[in-house]
Amino acid sequence: MATSRSLLMYLKCLKLSFLGCCMLIFSFLNTLVFVPSAGAQTFENLLAKHAPLIQRSSSKTVAPVLGEIVEFGGPVVQKFLSRWRSKDLYFLMESNQFAYTQDLGDDRIKLINVETGAAFATVTKASIKQIKPNSGVRAKISASLIPFLLASADPKERATSLDALARDFNESHLALLDAAITTETNAALKRRLERAYRFGLIGFGRDEDTVVAAIHELEGDLSLETRAVLNPLLADKLYVAATLPEGINLARRIIPGKTTKLTDGAAGRRSIIGGAPAELSVGAAYNMLVDAAISPALVSIEARNAALADAIKDGRIGVEKAAGLNNETARSAAYSRLVLNGSATKMVDKEAIQQAVDEAVFYAVYDNPSKKIVTAAQTTLASIEGQVNLYKAIDLLVDGLSLASICFLAAIGLAITFGVMGVINMAHGEFIMMGAYTGYVVQLFVPNYTLSLVVALPAAFAVTFAAGVVLERLVIRHLYKRPLETLLATFGISIALQQIAKNIFGTQARPLTSPDWLDGALAINDVLAISNIRIAIFVLGVVFLALLIFVMKRTRFGLDTRAVTQNPAMASSMGINPDRINMLTFGFGSGIAGIAGVAIGLFSKVTSELGSDYIVQSFMTVVVGGVGNIWGTLAGAALIGTLQKGIEWLNPSNTLAAQTYMIIFIILFIQFRPRGIVALKGRAAGD
Amino acid sequence: MAQPPIKNNGRLLDQTIFTKFLFCNPSIMIFLASLGLFTFGVTILCEGFGLGLISTSFVKTLGKTLCFCIIAIAMDLVWGYCGILSLGHFAFFGLGGYMIGMWLMFARTKLIVIEAAHNALLPPTPAEINDAVGAQIFGVVGGADIPLIWSFADLLWVQLILVVLVPGLLAFLFGWLAFRSRVNGVYLSILTQAMTLALSLYLFQNESGLRGNNGLSGLQYLPGLEDVPQEIISIWFFLGSAFALALCFLGAMVIVKSKLGNIIQGIRDNEARVRFLGYNVEGYKLFVFTITAIMAAIAGALYYPQAGIINPAELAPIASIYLAVWVAIGGRGRIYGAVIGAAFVSLVSSYFTGGQAPDIPLGFGVLRWTDWWLVLLGFSFVAVTLYAPNGIGGFFDRFNRSGDV
Amino acid sequence: MPTLLQVDNISVAFDGFKAINGLSFDIGHAELRAIIGPNGAGKTTFMDIVTGKTRPDSGDVRWGKKSTSLIRKSESKIAQLGIGRKFQKPTTFEAQTVYENLLMALANNRNPFAVLRYKKSSQDETKIAEIASLINLKGSLNHNAGALSHGQKQWLEIGMLLAQDPKLLLVDEPAAGMTASERAVTVMLLKDLAKTRSIVVVEHDMEFVRQLECRVTVLHEGAVLAEGSLDFVTKRQDVIDVYLGR
Repeated sequence: MATSRSLLMYLKCLKLSFLGCCMLIFSFLNTLVFVPSAGAQTFENLLAKHAPLIQRSSSKTVAPVLGEIVEFGGPVVQKFLSRWRSKDLYFLMESNQFAYTQDLGDDRIKLINVETGAAFATVTKASIKQIKPNSGVRAKISASLIPFLLASADPKERATSLDALARDFNESHLALLDAAITTETNAALKRRLERAYRFGLIGFGRDEDTVVAAIHELEGDLSLETRAVLNPLLADKLYVAATLPEGINLARRIIPGKTTKLTDGAAGRRSIIGGAPAELSVGAAYNMLVDAAISPALVSIEARNAALADAIKDGRIGVEKAAGLNNETARSAAYSRLVLNGSATKMVDKEAIQQAVDEAVFYAVYDNPSKKIVTAAQTTLASIEGQVNLYKAIDLLVDGLSLASICFLAAIGLAITFGVMGVINMAHGEFIMMGAYTGYVVQLFVPNYTLSLVVALPAAFAVTFAAGVVLERLVIRHLYKRPLETLLATFGISIALQQIAKNIFGTQARPLTSPDWLDGALAINDVLAISNIRIAIFVLGVVFLALLIFVMKRTRFGLDTRAVTQNPAMASSMGINPDRINMLTFGFGSGIAGIAGVAIGLFSKVTSELGSDYIVQSFMTVVVGGVGNIWGTLAGAALIGTLQKGIEWLNPSNTLAAQTYMIIFIILFIQFRPRGIVALKGRAAGD
Repeated sequence: MAQPPIKNNGRLLDQTIFTKFLFCNPSIMIFLASLGLFTFGVTILCEGFGLGLISTSFVKTLGKTLCFCIIAIAMDLVWGYCGILSLGHFAFFGLGGYMIGMWLMFARTKLIVIEAAHNALLPPTPAEINDAVGAQIFGVVGGADIPLIWSFADLLWVQLILVVLVPGLLAFLFGWLAFRSRVNGVYLSILTQAMTLALSLYLFQNESGLRGNNGLSGLQYLPGLEDVPQEIISIWFFLGSAFALALCFLGAMVIVKSKLGNIIQGIRDNEARVRFLGYNVEGYKLFVFTITAIMAAIAGALYYPQAGIINPAELAPIASIYLAVWVAIGGRGRIYGAVIGAAFVSLVSSYFTGGQAPDIPLGFGVLRWTDWWLVLLGFSFVAVTLYAPNGIGGFFDRFNRSGDV
Repeated sequence: MPTLLQVDNISVAFDGFKAINGLSFDIGHAELRAIIGPNGAGKTTFMDIVTGKTRPDSGDVRWGKKSTSLIRKSESKIAQLGIGRKFQKPTTFEAQTVYENLLMALANNRNPFAVLRYKKSSQDETKIAEIASLINLKGSLNHNAGALSHGQKQWLEIGMLLAQDPKLLLVDEPAAGMTASERAVTVMLLKDLAKTRSIVVVEHDMEFVRQLECRVTVLHEGAVLAEGSLDFVTKRQDVIDVYLGR
């Protein structure tokens, strides 16, 4: 078939050069006669020999061809392989020859010799055949290219080739890596090479001690790859036998229903309350016995019921009415009668199962036969695990801190108004929402996200400050000394504001997009990566804390506010106008809520219910922290943030449960510190 | 408003205490008479018994409104009289609904399962029936096992006891913790709100064993009474709610007019003074809090079979806030005020949000009541707090004062 | 004279400020005692401690024949033991009638369930009538307490204390805001009451204390500075120094 096609092509291309003709004839003969290749040969000869396999290769057949090509060595091979991979290789039927091409336009193509790099002919597109290796073949080619690329001058190329090598590592690469390590000058790349070399040693090292040494050298390496390499070393399989065999790399004995598998592969006792379930249930253990042909198969309840149903004739089994089989005892009895008749197999009862399981030995054996390697992997993994846990704890703490910052931002305005005026503002959450929507509206007009954020923060403050002042003037001013009624009136405001937002912006969530530089993360290692937005919110929280402390301790407004907090009557007799202070304080507190709204909007969707999601949490923060004190709110926020994250960590699948436990904790906390963490004492506390 | 002491000596003791109580408080008579008249009218006009002028769905709405009146009475007792602004009574209402809903759902599903197994070759065992019921009820939350808390769901009388017991115990426990540590005022309100939030978040989880956010459904059908049409069942529940409302009103009046009523009002006005008089204020608060929680739970147990479905969203803190709105608009510190407020606001709300109210065309657009009703409610609530702290009940005070004293 | 109340070396500090600092003194049965002292001497805190509102950091307060400690007891328990307290500002239940105010104060069972079932007995009626005439409010029984004058409210509060039937009465500045004639009546009332029970009066007004003609305890910086008759203590140099602020 191939021969006849070559012949056809040959007749078509009579215009070819003399040299080409010669080659063609030679190759033609070659394919016809299958002359085995003789010792030293040119690259072209080699290719010609394998031309059919190269043309229509599959990942299964290409390996020996690739082997021979790689063995030929040199830059010619590297170029050939990369052209082959990138489908940049062409075949000339007539001359049984491969060539690179250069498009000259006008349907003319220049052919270039693969070995010499010299142009040798110009042909039409139709006269040549493009070699299109499938993805499997391309992967094999890539693997073969690695040694060439590892020696490349471009560090980037070296790095990508290392990645490719790691994906498809084989024993022959060990020597390559070893060589590459000695010549590598880039420190980061050198570390990676060393790690890959160790992985290679662990996977293919022949000598036990080399492997053990390589494993120990990985200590302190927190990457996921390292763990992925080490964990399989501890893989084990479960076996059952009458007695424990000798000469196995035993991981642990298993008592079905009683022991658990510990992380280091040893067996642990199952604790009675909570804890991990037993590794092997009695039922599963019995199934193993059945599979090993040690015990007879079980008759399942379903099979028994089916057997009973089959046995029913005219509403009766034998003499008994089927209607009576509406309980387990009756069914078991009926079935044992069937067994006695010989029309059913006996059921294995619980005691028999237990006994069979008790008599057999269940055990786990490491897949890896070497005890030394397993032990090394265990100790190394344990030390890595310890560090991973440390970083996880840090991650958790950072998570808690960022949540705490949000709590603080959301609650501090509330705390100020509560502390200064004794007023709980239920519409505070709606001010947060208002801030978030302000951010959204600003983004509609300012397309640059960074700039819009810069505009949105003060805009949100201004909008909510104004709203706060209006609320204070129109409603709250008339309700001083009636805290519960203030609570109610602000409820009304909250209901109305929420609905107004719904009417204006609709019920669907509106995006408040953060600028690109907030989207990334600060990656410390594979375990710990802190997203920029968390850092930004933390910074915002700290800035506001500093700002508040400055305002409260260093400005006239702060002094007046503190005076009104501590003794309103005395303050007003000293010439401070409490009315004005109240108004400003309320506006200030509301303004901070607006800023918190922008911050919250950046990482969660902006909806009209945004405020109500945060209001209870804010109240909790104020109540836990203690009223009328910035530090109290800070302490409350820190406690709530870290605690909530802590609970989420203990029960990661369920954030709802975390919130539930959090609230229960707070209710209990109030038992012990009714006035919060930072409580005013004595007369100042009032009653 | 209590009677002058001079009338109150041995001469009147030969009358029964109850009739004496009624005669001394004409407002109770007026209330019971109006409630009776209203109930009678609705019964005659409904589809189930009489003329069919009132649709079944409206009978249900009225029945549900009566349940709201009951919980409003509870709220008025605890807030208007005892001064505890609880933002958690709707949680007890919902819990009561859940408790009765468990029986309704379980018993009905069980009947359906038994019916379906009628033609099977082998009659089902109790365990098989339970498994099938579990798969039916908990299939939506990806489970098939019946949680432990459903152990008694098959027994109506146990669930009826639980209607009272579970919310009562929760209220007692929460109240005991909160009052013991002297949490009061806005702190207490926020704490009750937190409790409500925690409960609704808990119920939202599938692990709660109460079908997570799906809640319980099909509660409008009474197990074993499939043949009775909804027209009849609705009127049963309507009458039941009216009767419960009458009882709760009487009970609330007994408490309010007794010396206990004096003391809880004293606690509302000056807690410390009551304490120095030697009363264990915490005990009193706990008593009122728990009793009203039980009242709320009973109202819930009557409400949800009429609503047909209950889910955790019903328990969200906002519901309890609306409850406070009803009572405030009706007039705190007057039991009848709470009833009027709940009935008025909830009926008007359902009128406006139900889409029946005509939209108002403005020059630049149309004002849709479904969108703007809540805004109006919110602002009118603020107005009531500011300008009419006595609410609607304030108008009736004049008549009442002359009638009572 | 047997001891009714024994205050033994109590101290309490608020945020480092020692409001009471090793205070000790005794009050006997049916004794009328006045406590005077400059602002911040710890008079009100002392009353808070005795009535259970504030818990002292150290020391003990013992009560009655059995010398029961009052430190761990709740306000209501202490009140039930027989210690009544009258606040500086008149605190009555303004939304309720004078009759209801007195009824609540009557020494009856304080259990909520008992209170719910409570029916007025003729005995209670007479008691209320008696007290009402004693405090000159017989005509106002059915008026709301909020409608009374300031002095009447003070008396109503004293009346409520009497209805409680305490063994010890703590009275905080009873004469504050009273007219001269009301003041005279109050002095009479207190002296009369002290015949059957102990009374501790905390007062600023020296003239009022003089009229009480009783033993006087001077407090200063949370401790007893002097004790004795008014004439005796006012002659002491340290008392004069404290009062004149030297």
